[in-house]
Amino acid sequence: MRRVVAAAIGLASIAAAAVVAAEPPAGAAACSGCHPGSPRVTSPVVRLAGRDRDQIIKAMQDFRSGARAGTVMDRIAKGFTDAEIQAIAAWYASQK
Amino acid sequence: MTTTRRQFLKLGAAATASVLGPRRARAQASGPRVVVVGGGFAGASCARALRQADPKIAVTLVEPNATFTACPFSNSVIVGMRELSAQQFTYERVAADGITIARTTATAIDAPAKSVTLADGAKLTYDRLVLAPGIDIRWGALPGYDEAASAQMPHAWRAGDQTLLLRRQLETMDDGGLVVIAAPANPFRCPPGPYERASLIAHFLKTKKPKSKLLVLDAKDAFSKQRLFQAAWAELYPGLLEWVPLSKGGNVTSVEPATRTLVTDFGKHQAKVANVIPPQKAGRIAEAAGVTDRSGWCPIDPVTFESKLQPGIHVIGDAAIAGAMPKSAFAANSQAKVCAAAVAALVGGGTPSNPKLINTCYSLVAPDYGISVAGVYQPTNGQLADVPGAGGVSPSDAPREARKAEAVLAEAWFRTITGEVFG
Repeated sequence: MRRVVAAAIGLASIAAAAVVAAEPPAGAAACSGCHPGSPRVTSPVVRLAGRDRDQIIKAMQDFRSGARAGTVMDRIAKGFTDAEIQAIAAWYASQK
Repeated sequence: MTTTRRQFLKLGAAATASVLGPRRARAQASGPRVVVVGGGFAGASCARALRQADPKIAVTLVEPNATFTACPFSNSVIVGMRELSAQQFTYERVAADGITIARTTATAIDAPAKSVTLADGAKLTYDRLVLAPGIDIRWGALPGYDEAASAQMPHAWRAGDQTLLLRRQLETMDDGGLVVIAAPANPFRCPPGPYERASLIAHFLKTKKPKSKLLVLDAKDAFSKQRLFQAAWAELYPGLLEWVPLSKGGNVTSVEPATRTLVTDFGKHQAKVANVIPPQKAGRIAEAAGVTDRSGWCPIDPVTFESKLQPGIHVIGDAAIAGAMPKSAFAANSQAKVCAAAVAALVGGGTPSNPKLINTCYSLVAPDYGISVAGVYQPTNGQLADVPGAGGVSPSDAPREARKAEAVLAEAWFRTITGEVFG
């Protein structure tokens, strides 16, 4: 029984990883309007691909609450829920 | 035929499509076919996002120009801060993604037959069609302003020769001349654009021809980022730039190109340089496809950007009626990616997911003074609506360093978005 559960958990996490790597969650595709995806672009705006998930979550939450001052991110972060922020952060963290 | 062999052939077709040219590619491609008409911020973004979402999709981009000339930052070209070449991009890297580029114009669309007719009479069939035709000028909607008039009174609202014509007129004008900008009623491409242009022309006059005057004749009483623009104008260009709203006689009712005269209900203004930003509509092919309503723009589903008038045809960018989203390059790119994901889901037998979109627009009121507006959008009651509590304009009390930072971010945005779409 224990083995079956372990196997099921294993499958679930593989499935979750596959979901994360596939289609970007709602809102994620719009970030690359300012946050460069291409290595050929130089910009003072941070790259998101491969960045630590918790770092992205904290930055978004701080912009949203006003704890961190932004130029436009304070205004944009207010449009996202906790669940959306977590999904976007997990997706970018999984990108190379 | 075995699955492996079939897959191998599919891969082969995808890899060689752009090399062999459109005819062979059409004959060989076995994946879903998507045609994108228009290679601007919306169309080129969508074509590339489709290939990224599903490399099995055979994407053809119909675009007559070998070079794309971007509108954002073209106001800087008008006043000599920037060269037009900095606005120009080619489609080499778009093609390198395996997208077939048809260097021609789409002249007709048969929605029931799912086919696009090209200028040479050839037909492209599709499973889904994406129209990203941008804007067309409504010639004649402003009495006196036809295509010939734009050689005297440039609109410069599609970047290129018109941009350079307005620049030359400003450069050769004697100091002390009257410059007039006529701004249109809503909706039109780039809502803050006329006011950024007014700001930069005022900056040009202040530094190069300080005895001159700039009049903005407006068909509206309110405009994008109005308080920020007006505060900056009072600070930077007092006595030089005057904005005349609709209620004070700003509405231009006709023009006389030979004398560069703009007629309003309250009188006539004879300009040395006149920039007429005329009424607009969705690019011509949208009307031919039957996806425009009586407004001249295209009603769409906010989840998939599929036309509300013709199934199987999606409309993105300036041509679409996108609810609260403005007609901007950022919005076009944001919409393109959502539309590509929806189209990829639909041709693959899946269900499009509910999107969330962003817009950010920077405007320069001086070379080192930027302001912005941002918004977050989601489908609400069949429209793309603002997410409550999000978005808005730069703070009105921001220190000058913040304005400088936004001017830097504006340029960074342009490099990033053009790198993403064309690089």
